[in-house]
Amino acid sequence: MPEQFVCKSSEFKNGERQIIRLGEDEVGVFKHEGEYYAYSNYCVHQGGPACEGLTIAKVEEHLRPDKTSMGLSFSEKDMNFVCPWHGYEYDMRTGCHVADKRIRLRKYKVVEKAGDVYVVA
Amino acid sequence: MDLISDRGRRVSVEELNTSKLLAHAAKQARDRKFEDVMIVDCDAHHYENEHMSEILPFMENEVFKQLAMAAGAKGSRGAVAPGTFGYQDMGGRVTRYPLRASEKTENNRVRDVQLGERWMDAMGVDYSCLFPTGMLNIGLHPQKEMEFELCWAYARWVTEKVIPESGGRLYTMLCLPFSDPEGCLRMVETFGDRPGVGGFMITTVRERMAVYDNAYMKLYRAIEERGLALSFHSGPNWGSQTFQSCNRFISAHALGFSWFNILHCTNWVVNGMGERFPKLPVIWIEAGLAWIPFLMQKLDHEYLLRPSECPILKKKPSDYMRDMFYSSQPMEIQDMGALETTFRMINAETQLLYASDYPHWDFDLPSTIWDLPFVSEKAKHNILGGTAARLFKLPPRNDGQKQNLIKFGNLKAA
Repeated sequence: MPEQFVCKSSEFKNGERQIIRLGEDEVGVFKHEGEYYAYSNYCVHQGGPACEGLTIAKVEEHLRPDKTSMGLSFSEKDMNFVCPWHGYEYDMRTGCHVADKRIRLRKYKVVEKAGDVYVVA
Repeated sequence: MDLISDRGRRVSVEELNTSKLLAHAAKQARDRKFEDVMIVDCDAHHYENEHMSEILPFMENEVFKQLAMAAGAKGSRGAVAPGTFGYQDMGGRVTRYPLRASEKTENNRVRDVQLGERWMDAMGVDYSCLFPTGMLNIGLHPQKEMEFELCWAYARWVTEKVIPESGGRLYTMLCLPFSDPEGCLRMVETFGDRPGVGGFMITTVRERMAVYDNAYMKLYRAIEERGLALSFHSGPNWGSQTFQSCNRFISAHALGFSWFNILHCTNWVVNGMGERFPKLPVIWIEAGLAWIPFLMQKLDHEYLLRPSECPILKKKPSDYMRDMFYSSQPMEIQDMGALETTFRMINAETQLLYASDYPHWDFDLPSTIWDLPFVSEKAKHNILGGTAARLFKLPPRNDGQKQNLIKFGNLKAA
């Protein structure tokens, strides 16, 4: 499987992203809480640069046992990234749209070798 | 630049460059060979509210001009133009909102023309009908005199300083001060023959708007006899009494755009405006399409039960609605079967006009029309630009476009 060099591990900081070309595709590579995630940079909605926008914690709304709402809050564990064209919001760990898991970006494997980060085609 | 994310966390993103942001749109345009397809965007926007210091000096009345210009001075608590509540940018998720000021343009050309060229070139759009943004709320101003003054000043500025610098690629339908019928008529008489004016626009973001009032018949006649279009541009108004029970912006936004067009289109149809002004092209803008089949069915149903309330009509309400035009954006595309039915019901091949609404948050690219599986080649060309070319007398920009306009019967102005 061909691999595409992204950058040196030491230069890739948590919370950052890199956009690389991989054949015909553009790929967004994120480093989040020490893990790497890579997805096609073409939004499944209208083709926007899905990986180039804001990263933001998932917004949640929890209910009490009596079904009253506790209001809106940011998730403590789930991070999303958002296509800057229209706001399609994807789960950082899965690449699935947060409102419909059937909508998902193509996911790529990321490997670390000898201090370098690669995306596997 | 940094954007504010969750819990105050800052996320670094590049400065805004519209051409770079829309690089994928440019690829779509190349892949689909849009160069040979004349594409007219019937609803694009600029942020005229960022140029108020240039616009306000065009106000006529010296007292209102002084009030407006003083309100813009540093330290003033004044607000010249009304606003609405909401979060169009979704907390900065749609990055071009918070980054807009960071985009660099050349100093020697009109900034909004340069920005317009960038998005048009990226999308493969040949012409855009330029509408304001803040002025869409002008109908909420409590003073009809100020409404007129601001519409007048904007009309002068955009037709004298902006449109002429666009090389013919930008045109407009000027915002009317609908609270002032005589003022509206004066606007048509003054600006109706200016280059780049394709018609006039009424923003439907208002608390009260009687499109059927006798006071407006001279206005409609004046637009019709000039061969211009009349458009109704919808928008959300979360502050409206109607939407006070909406606790999320998505509710007020989704309903607001549809509701205001439903309301005023109903009044337009049942009062027989289509009978009174059969040659006046009427365009309903930015409410998407899903509301139209609903309204056609609802009005046809009630018309057969209550014809005595609309005796001017000589055919069903839906027939009058099919005589009018609709802009495509934001096109509800989740149920392809429903969308196909909608296209059939509105006779999209001749009545639908492509619109991007760029740079607003829910813009549509030309590919949203081009890639539809159930639309004929002729309908695609008509919707994307052929129908608008006839309506607004726009010439093709190259021979490939000319041949396609001829092929589908849309060559009128060349």
